[in-house]
Amino acid sequence: MYSKILILRFPNTGVSKPTVCYLSKDYDLTFTILKATILPRKEGILVIEVTGAKKDFKRGMAFLRDQGIQVQNASQEVNRDTEKCVHCGACTAVCPTGALSVKRSDLSIDFNIQKCSVCELCVTACPTRAMKIQPTSEAFF
Amino acid sequence: MSTYKVNKTYQEINAKIRSGKVVVVTAEEIIGIVKKEGPVEAARKVDVVTTGTFAPMCSSGAFINFGHSTPTIKASKVWLNNVPAYGGLAAVDCYIGATETCEDDPLNKVWPGEFNYGGGHVIQDLVAGKKVHLKATAYGTSCYPSRIIEKKITLKELPSATLCNPRNGYQNYNCAVNLTRKTIYTYMGALKPKAGNANYCSSGELSPLFNDPYYKTIGLGTRIFLGGAEGYVTWQGTQHNPSVPRTEKGIPMKPAGTLWVMGDLKKMSHKWLVGMSIQGYGISLAVGLGVPIPILNEEMASYTAISDDEIFTQIVDYGNDYPNGISNSLGTVSYAELKSGSIELDGKNVLTVPLSSMVKAREIAEILKDWIQKGEFFLGEPQFTLPV
Repeated sequence: MYSKILILRFPNTGVSKPTVCYLSKDYDLTFTILKATILPRKEGILVIEVTGAKKDFKRGMAFLRDQGIQVQNASQEVNRDTEKCVHCGACTAVCPTGALSVKRSDLSIDFNIQKCSVCELCVTACPTRAMKIQPTSEAFF
Repeated sequence: MSTYKVNKTYQEINAKIRSGKVVVVTAEEIIGIVKKEGPVEAARKVDVVTTGTFAPMCSSGAFINFGHSTPTIKASKVWLNNVPAYGGLAAVDCYIGATETCEDDPLNKVWPGEFNYGGGHVIQDLVAGKKVHLKATAYGTSCYPSRIIEKKITLKELPSATLCNPRNGYQNYNCAVNLTRKTIYTYMGALKPKAGNANYCSSGELSPLFNDPYYKTIGLGTRIFLGGAEGYVTWQGTQHNPSVPRTEKGIPMKPAGTLWVMGDLKKMSHKWLVGMSIQGYGISLAVGLGVPIPILNEEMASYTAISDDEIFTQIVDYGNDYPNGISNSLGTVSYAELKSGSIELDGKNVLTVPLSSMVKAREIAEILKDWIQKGEFFLGEPQFTLPV
């Protein structure tokens, strides 16, 4: 099963038309609306989590873009700027999942992105500001 | 007359450096050598042991002379990138302190504050070659009529810039825990409630003053690695307190000696002077510092052979005891235990968190070793050694 959180931006001509429901009807995808806003100039922003088979997901995204909707991946990840990191270890005090840990062999700081829950606590705990929040680099369509 | 079996002078070691025959090892490497061959043989073989430390050192800063402009000014208030620098010196001299915060910083109003920019960052930006905005105001005199100047400065164009740190390289430091029920943010980092973590800040066996615990070779004129360039120990640091309880081998069991160090900022590097934003606390500057210890005799070889399991510090509560000035140790731990990842406190396993970078400390000791081996760095013989 494939699941992504997406940010959809609707043009001001599109907010009154039913669109997203077709993801379910025609593409066999389920979705949860996390946030929906209509801006003063009638553009719409929708944050949804879409789940389904990867093949259907790709087709569904193509459909949305054909309707003039901008699709953006909302999922974020934490990255370490290795130029800035001085391996002090301050981040390991706040990291709740152990993604940031001290490697015992040489006391360097290890960052295991697989364990990271993107809680963002390390961002302000890092004295050199080496930890950055970025959109997930993985392309999804 | 000396009773040592091995006797070397600074001049003899420097002659060896000049001829390329000098033997230099790091403070980690000497441990095995002394263990295997004994201090006398080690002292015969090894001439210099290099040390290193890289950690936030708040008592740091730089004297900057920014040169005259026309009309002239006697700057009484100075800002560098909107960070106040002390201007109560001669006309165009100022001192930028590492912990000074940027004007308009929200500080701890939104707790814990982020402290994104301050004196430490100004110093790092200068050594990185970046343009820094200078603003100075004055009341105006006959000889210095100008009342305000604003200009961009770069380190290269400054008439002079000197790093002058009144307290660096603390010989030992507390291990900090928090016994209250809320997370606190200290200069020792974030401390989770009920002793959720124990933070420590020393490179242990690599740390300069652990390798010469009675300062027998360190004093005014000792040439050192400072911020990526050559620097000097010029005095004992502020709060230098040698009279603390020590182990049999002379290692202080709590914070003791400190160094006052100076060097030419223009030669330093942004890699070894790094601005630090300490959450909820403020700004600091991580300083790369390394002291070469001359192995003048077997006694110095023994001193430098100290290892983490023989170096101890005190566990201190930063939740209640420290802020209230209560001198109380919750226990004694060795750096070997601290570096293992957890310590025991009241029967509970507590995660340890380092704040001093061992990776960088080791790199400094290696760089200093390399400089000496290449004949680029000579030992400075102290005019007098630090008070014991």
